[in-house]
Amino acid sequence: MTDLSVSPAVERGGMAACPACAVTPAAEELAARAAALEGATLSLSLPGIHCAACIDTVEQALAKAPGVREARVNLTLKRAQVKADPEVTAEELVRVVEDVGYEAHELDPGTIAATATDRAGRALLMRLAVAGFASMNVMLLSVSVWSGAEDATRDLFHWISAAITLPAIAFCAQPFFANAYAALRARRLNMDVPIALAITLALVTSLWETSLSGEHAYFDAALTLTFFLLAGRYLDHRTRSAARSAAEELAALEVPRAIALRDGAEVQLPIAELRVGDLVLVRPGGRMPVDGEIAEGASELDRSLLTGETRPVPAAPGQAVSAGEVNLTGPLTVRATAIGRDTSLARMADLVAIAESGRSRYTSLADRAAKLYAPGVHILSALSFLGWYLWTGDLRVALNIAAAVLIITCPCALGLAVPAVTTAASGRLFRKGMLVKHETALERLAQVDTVVFDKTGTLTSGKPQVVNLDALAPEARGVALALARASSHPLSQALAEALDTDAPATLSDLREVPGYGTEARLDGQLVRLGRAEWLGATPGGETATWLQTPDGMTEIRFADSLRAGADQAVAELLAQGKRVELISGDTEGAVAALAGRLGITHWQAGALPGDKAARIAALQEGGAKVLMVGDGLNDTAALSTADVSISPASALDAARVASDIVLLGGDLSPIPGALSTASRATRRIRENFRIATFYNVIAVPLAVAGLCSPLIAALAMSASSITVSLNALRLR
Amino acid sequence: MDILVWLIPISLFLGGLGLVAFIWTVRSDQYEDPDGSSQRILSDQWDDHPKP
Repeated sequence: MTDLSVSPAVERGGMAACPACAVTPAAEELAARAAALEGATLSLSLPGIHCAACIDTVEQALAKAPGVREARVNLTLKRAQVKADPEVTAEELVRVVEDVGYEAHELDPGTIAATATDRAGRALLMRLAVAGFASMNVMLLSVSVWSGAEDATRDLFHWISAAITLPAIAFCAQPFFANAYAALRARRLNMDVPIALAITLALVTSLWETSLSGEHAYFDAALTLTFFLLAGRYLDHRTRSAARSAAEELAALEVPRAIALRDGAEVQLPIAELRVGDLVLVRPGGRMPVDGEIAEGASELDRSLLTGETRPVPAAPGQAVSAGEVNLTGPLTVRATAIGRDTSLARMADLVAIAESGRSRYTSLADRAAKLYAPGVHILSALSFLGWYLWTGDLRVALNIAAAVLIITCPCALGLAVPAVTTAASGRLFRKGMLVKHETALERLAQVDTVVFDKTGTLTSGKPQVVNLDALAPEARGVALALARASSHPLSQALAEALDTDAPATLSDLREVPGYGTEARLDGQLVRLGRAEWLGATPGGETATWLQTPDGMTEIRFADSLRAGADQAVAELLAQGKRVELISGDTEGAVAALAGRLGITHWQAGALPGDKAARIAALQEGGAKVLMVGDGLNDTAALSTADVSISPASALDAARVASDIVLLGGDLSPIPGALSTASRATRRIRENFRIATFYNVIAVPLAVAGLCSPLIAALAMSASSITVSLNALRLR
Repeated sequence: MDILVWLIPISLFLGGLGLVAFIWTVRSDQYEDPDGSSQRILSDQWDDHPKP
């Protein structure tokens, strides 16, 4: 960020404090952004660091940079936090880090701030620590009681236990009570209702027993229960927050900034500060930050992220452009007609967010278990209470047994069974370069029998490759190379790369005509490389450029190069017996060629976004469970319709948001492995449920019969929790 | 059994000490970067004198 852009932001931030301005949400947003700038904490992403030497080198280099107050590298997040004077810009710091030999990228402070401190995780960790401390101490006292402490000693131990347990439970079990209360208010039952009831009932009967010098108290059970359940919650939370912070880092890498022309001067501004009517400069290779109309310049636009079509579209003054399109050749000046949330890109992304998605239709295994389990436990406990009350007429005995039943059946193993497995499986997938964003994504992935791929940007890398190099005459190759090297257009660059070993011809008057191509003179005669219309040729159906030499015209055709691992991923999926389909918005020729190359028999070309979603819905109606892999805005509807969805890290932000899993590397080959990891994880979850049920089947009759002492309760609970955790670890 | 009057408070106090130490480590951001902490121990940058 330059000086110019910082100071106006701060000024406007100050203005927003006035009541009239503060009413408009835009002004508040500006004020928040200005506050973030004033603090001047800059974040850099450092994907390449891995050891102590890297940390030292980067920190020392940053600390020596002018204006830097403090620099700290976080190796876990592969990020550097730099506190600096307001005039220090992230670009300067990126250059400093690159000078000492490390890759660095600026992270948008607004996006990344949300993950800076994980308050909820910290609160859970505190509760877990207190529950662990209290349960160990109470367990010590309980062991003495179980091993034969009697009379006054036993009562003293029970009272001390009560003094530790009551405040500890009041602090540690708050999440369960809060969740149970919320569920009951909505007239629903969830897993937390029996938990809260078990803890409360255990405390009440134990206090009652203690005050009557009774033999059995369940203080230790109430605490170990809380401890194990909190451990499950913490694991769950950590897996999810790790995924969330990695996903937000991807979003933060795209710093929303644009070059605006204000009074003839170029000013770098955050996109949030642009206004309708502003002139925005978009350099070649840049993405349109706003919807607008081209005011000046000629170029070509790559709309593949929006439509899936690989062929560039010519751009001329007066033409409408929408945010997300990539400018290819010449600089364009765009007059903004819609910004931020009003752009067609954001509106389409919002529509997708509202639409019912595959993930919201799915009920997780844990929820299904809870639905069966919670009423069952309550009925069982109430029945044993009634039975014993009618049989003995003793309220104290009946309540004691009801509490024992609730404690024994309490779902600590269930609460650990799912998070332990998903943590292990997500960790395994993360090491292979896949980021699991949604908690039930693995379960849904395990059911998949049909995989639908998008073409452009997903199976192909979006980088063109020359197909018919042999069509060029030997002397034309040198001319083509010299012309291609003069342009930064992706087709020219691909051509230059393909002809790299040839010797370029000597040309004079070489110049690029933005939006059309390059031209020059060879021995006084005109040679051109560029669009068919410009050269007077008839354009064909495929992506192509034309070369005009004194000898005539040649069409040079291009095809998208495959993304790394695409053929391997498709082959392995087919070998696993999955049905693989290809749906693309691109032309029929390009799609058919790719499908043939990869061995995909079912394909559809020229599909609009709605067609893709409709095809997936049709497959689902036929009983298929569909995995959608896609990257563009035209895929987002399909991504959210599918049962589970994957997008590459290069995808548009809206597509990444709509998908459950993000592929962090450029490689598609981990996908088949993820499917088998997911089905193994689901199998472990089911096994864990079975183990937990098995313990209950043994211990519940004892509890109902009134034979369950606090010792047996503690043993059954710990044994089942430890078995399910160990079973989950087998997944690694 | 009189010794219990001493032993129980002592054990609670020692356990509590551990708990307070843990809470302090959480509050002072010592679990923010576990990978970094395991690597920084190998750095010789502050071997001769402490970090100012």
